[in-house]
Amino acid sequence: MINSGDGGSTKKRNIVSRRMFILTAAKVIIFGGIITRLFSLQINNNKKYLNLSDENRLREWRLPPVRGDFKDYFGKTIAGNVEIFQLHVVPEEVTNFKVLMFRLRKILNLSDNEYSKIIKKKNSQKPWETLIISNNLSWDEFSKINLYLHELNGAKPVLSIARNYPFKDNYSHVLGYVSQASVEDINRNEIIKNNHVPGLKVGKTGLEKTYEKKLIGTNGVQRYEVNAFGKRVKELDHEKGKKGENIRITIDTEIQKFLTKSLKDKSGSISVMDIFTGEIIAIQSSPTFDPNMFIYGIGNEEWKKITQNPLKPLLNKTLSGLYSPGSTIKPIVALSALENNVINKDFKVRCTGKIELFGQTYHCWKDKGHGLMDLRNAVKQSCDTYFYEVARLLGVDRLKKTAEDFGLGKKVLENSFLEEKKGIVPSTEWKKDVMGKNWVLGETLITGIGQGYIQTTPLQLCLMTAQLANGGYKIKPKIVADKNQMNANQIKFKMKQNLIKNKFDKTQNLLERTQGIFQNKENFFTPLFKDKKNIEFVLDSMYGATNEIMGTSYSSRIEDDFYQFAGKTGTAQVKRITEEARELDLKTSEIPYKDRDHALYIAFGPYKDPRYAVSIIIEHGGSGSSAAAPIAKDLFKLIIDRHQLRENKRNKINSEENV
Amino acid sequence: MFKETSYTNRLTFFQKIKSIDLILIFCVLILGGISTFAMYSSEGGQMLYYTKSHLLRFCVFFVLMIFLSFIRLKFFHSISYFLYFIVLLLLFYASLYGITVSGSQRWINLYFINLQPSELMKIAIILCFAKFYHRMQIDNVNSFRNLIVPIIILIMPMFLVISQPDLGTTILIALSGIVVIWLSGVNIKYFISSFIVLVIATPFFISFLKPYQKLRILTFFDPEKDPLGAGYQIIQSKIAVGSGGFSGKGFLKGTQSYLEFLPEKHTDFIFTLFSEEFGFVGSIGLLLVYSILIYRIIYIGSISRNFFSKLFCYGFGSSIFIYIAVNMSMVLGLLPIVGSPLPIMSYGGSSMLATMVGLGVVLSSKIYHRQIIA
Repeated sequence: MINSGDGGSTKKRNIVSRRMFILTAAKVIIFGGIITRLFSLQINNNKKYLNLSDENRLREWRLPPVRGDFKDYFGKTIAGNVEIFQLHVVPEEVTNFKVLMFRLRKILNLSDNEYSKIIKKKNSQKPWETLIISNNLSWDEFSKINLYLHELNGAKPVLSIARNYPFKDNYSHVLGYVSQASVEDINRNEIIKNNHVPGLKVGKTGLEKTYEKKLIGTNGVQRYEVNAFGKRVKELDHEKGKKGENIRITIDTEIQKFLTKSLKDKSGSISVMDIFTGEIIAIQSSPTFDPNMFIYGIGNEEWKKITQNPLKPLLNKTLSGLYSPGSTIKPIVALSALENNVINKDFKVRCTGKIELFGQTYHCWKDKGHGLMDLRNAVKQSCDTYFYEVARLLGVDRLKKTAEDFGLGKKVLENSFLEEKKGIVPSTEWKKDVMGKNWVLGETLITGIGQGYIQTTPLQLCLMTAQLANGGYKIKPKIVADKNQMNANQIKFKMKQNLIKNKFDKTQNLLERTQGIFQNKENFFTPLFKDKKNIEFVLDSMYGATNEIMGTSYSSRIEDDFYQFAGKTGTAQVKRITEEARELDLKTSEIPYKDRDHALYIAFGPYKDPRYAVSIIIEHGGSGSSAAAPIAKDLFKLIIDRHQLRENKRNKINSEENV
Repeated sequence: MFKETSYTNRLTFFQKIKSIDLILIFCVLILGGISTFAMYSSEGGQMLYYTKSHLLRFCVFFVLMIFLSFIRLKFFHSISYFLYFIVLLLLFYASLYGITVSGSQRWINLYFINLQPSELMKIAIILCFAKFYHRMQIDNVNSFRNLIVPIIILIMPMFLVISQPDLGTTILIALSGIVVIWLSGVNIKYFISSFIVLVIATPFFISFLKPYQKLRILTFFDPEKDPLGAGYQIIQSKIAVGSGGFSGKGFLKGTQSYLEFLPEKHTDFIFTLFSEEFGFVGSIGLLLVYSILIYRIIYIGSISRNFFSKLFCYGFGSSIFIYIAVNMSMVLGLLPIVGSPLPIMSYGGSSMLATMVGLGVVLSSKIYHRQIIA
């Protein structure tokens, strides 16, 4: 057998070996190919694939930036960030979601509505994404949850940060409020777009909106390793974001609180301004609301309550409310007439309670008439008849020039509030442009007593008063505190300098002067008058109106020199008074609320050395002397009492700056 | 001349122990160790189901391999055809009553193990052909009958496996069989002409492919076309291997695998995981172990007196090589993705069983290499 197979066997053995050799050679080549491939992937292209693998596994999560604070003049935080307790649940980590929700629902007293909202949200997101059960746990709820935590498998009480307004409704109109960024917010504002993360809160109104850029801060970044399904596996890096800038505003919280108190249950506005620095010491609009409500999204009912309130709590009346100035315009009318040499202070008119002009009857507020009036008395007693005559002689266009010089008809705080309104100071040209009709003289008359087309904001009236009270110089109103502020003495010096320069300028030719105006566009602290005596006369007549018998606000006067103030009342008609109503002579309380007059008052003090200007408006409050002026009395006391504190703070800050 | 190699000669136990191939066993143990660690890594560094089960299987089948190595070679020779028919029956059974997983009916439920007969066929076909050509005179190899019978032997299991459907295993079975046919001395012209016929018939075969198989082949040519769909596996696998670099990311630090970017990381893509963690150096090391293993198998074939073990060892060694080459080329993006495990490394009982049985026969061939089978 062995022998027989020997020859064939050897041949076969050779063939098998030869073919095996060919196979082995092929194997070596193929293994060589695989090794080459490994070399190319792992050595040559290692960097490329490392990058790709990092791209796979690394994800960045941006954290909401921490918003800058608002401080009041004295550095007190009026809008800050507080730590809040939230309750988070990651559905994936919960063994029995239904049981957990049942327990939580009981502990937190969730309503059916809230509950179904949470379930809806849960269904819309991935199981490993955090579900926020409660945005803001009360301390009670938080401790309760912690107590039962061992039973609440998967529930996580978390410390988070939220906007907070400690003075609630005191600053709602000044600061505005923050709320979840809308699509519009994101598209309109580049900086919000760049910093946006889901749930980011941005300013919606007021300074919160205007100063968004400074306040917003920068995102923190958390780098995570994620798996193929996008689930976070491990935190690799945590880069803290930069907090937004803090902004100090010029408002004094104590005075602001006083304004809120004074306006309680009323609709209206009060503004207080430093007549030299232009700082707004306080502004409040009423009714107001608690801006904290908006942070987690306001409830439907609360929102309705606010929007359907006829007194319009959301409207910042100080800046966006337009009112006829009524008699508070009279000091400007008087000044304009004097400046234009239309009358002198001895010009006299006899008031009989009404005058007839061009077939129409124009009434003075005093039916019996004031008798023979000169200019000072006409301001003091607010004689309408006198001012009809003055206005007739002056003409609306010249009045417009003076009114605009003193701050009416343009925005007071230019860029600080998007909601600020310009108001209207009418002129013949304006009427033609806007209404396409010719001006009638009768309209001049009623403009002279602040009725008709003329529309002003309370803050404009405050600025007007301030610029009268400081001796007739232009100032720069501001609500955000500058770092290096000029104090009142420095400003007064500057004003004097400008006055002298102006006199000197008069001798120069017109061309050079206009060039000067163009070069120095913001010609602050320059005189707005031609003759200083005219200003002094107007101020003196306002003194009379408050501090002399027969003055319209005599009952609200303070006799103490230290606090003494001077002012002018105004009563703006909302509705044309019919002849019947005039005969009935109803008391304010007998007229329907909506038809009642607006009560206005502008004032400055202390009279001896004026420093602060105030404008008060009480919507439908009746007459200025009974509804608005009395508020000024306590207000001036408070302002002047706090004056020294304010000066100290300014000096301290300035000296720190100079160091 | 061959005094001690008589047909009835029996070896004593100590003689068997002395002549067992330690290098081969050593290689198998290394691969078993590496694969257990890889499995451990695939489960994110925990001893979970796959690791435990893999280790248990390795141990059981290793013992089986040692046991088989002491069995006389003649026994394997005698049961070769029988084994082939048994596996063929199992395949048939699987195609009728098998368990369907992800659209493919491959498994038979044996209660303690899910058996995949197609994996066993890889070894059975080699045994069958080894026996078929063992006594055949070289002049008879190219006779018509001796050409047609192997083709039928080969076609039957192929048909059953491709109908499961399982393209990968079908190709591997075919290649295993063809290698033995090639070694047996079949005229080269037949290979060349069949190859030409195959190339011409390819479009015809492609029309029979399942849509997902067509997609895989298309994806192979352009994986970037559908990076999240069909191309995902290739792309992620290449990223894993490439990012491993020279020395790898380190044991248990393969981000691609533990962050679950790698598909099927404990079965077909186990090499990717290994390569990501141990880099170029580790991959070359693994290839070296495999090369030594294959070399030993072929060496044993070369010292075997009888053609049965010679053909079997050559055929089995080449098949192991083919499995490795196909698997690696696939995960490195050199071949389209077809299901093909990496011997010993990949998780899978049937594949491990087949490999260990094959190695058992090889070890037996070593012990009885002087023996001649009539």
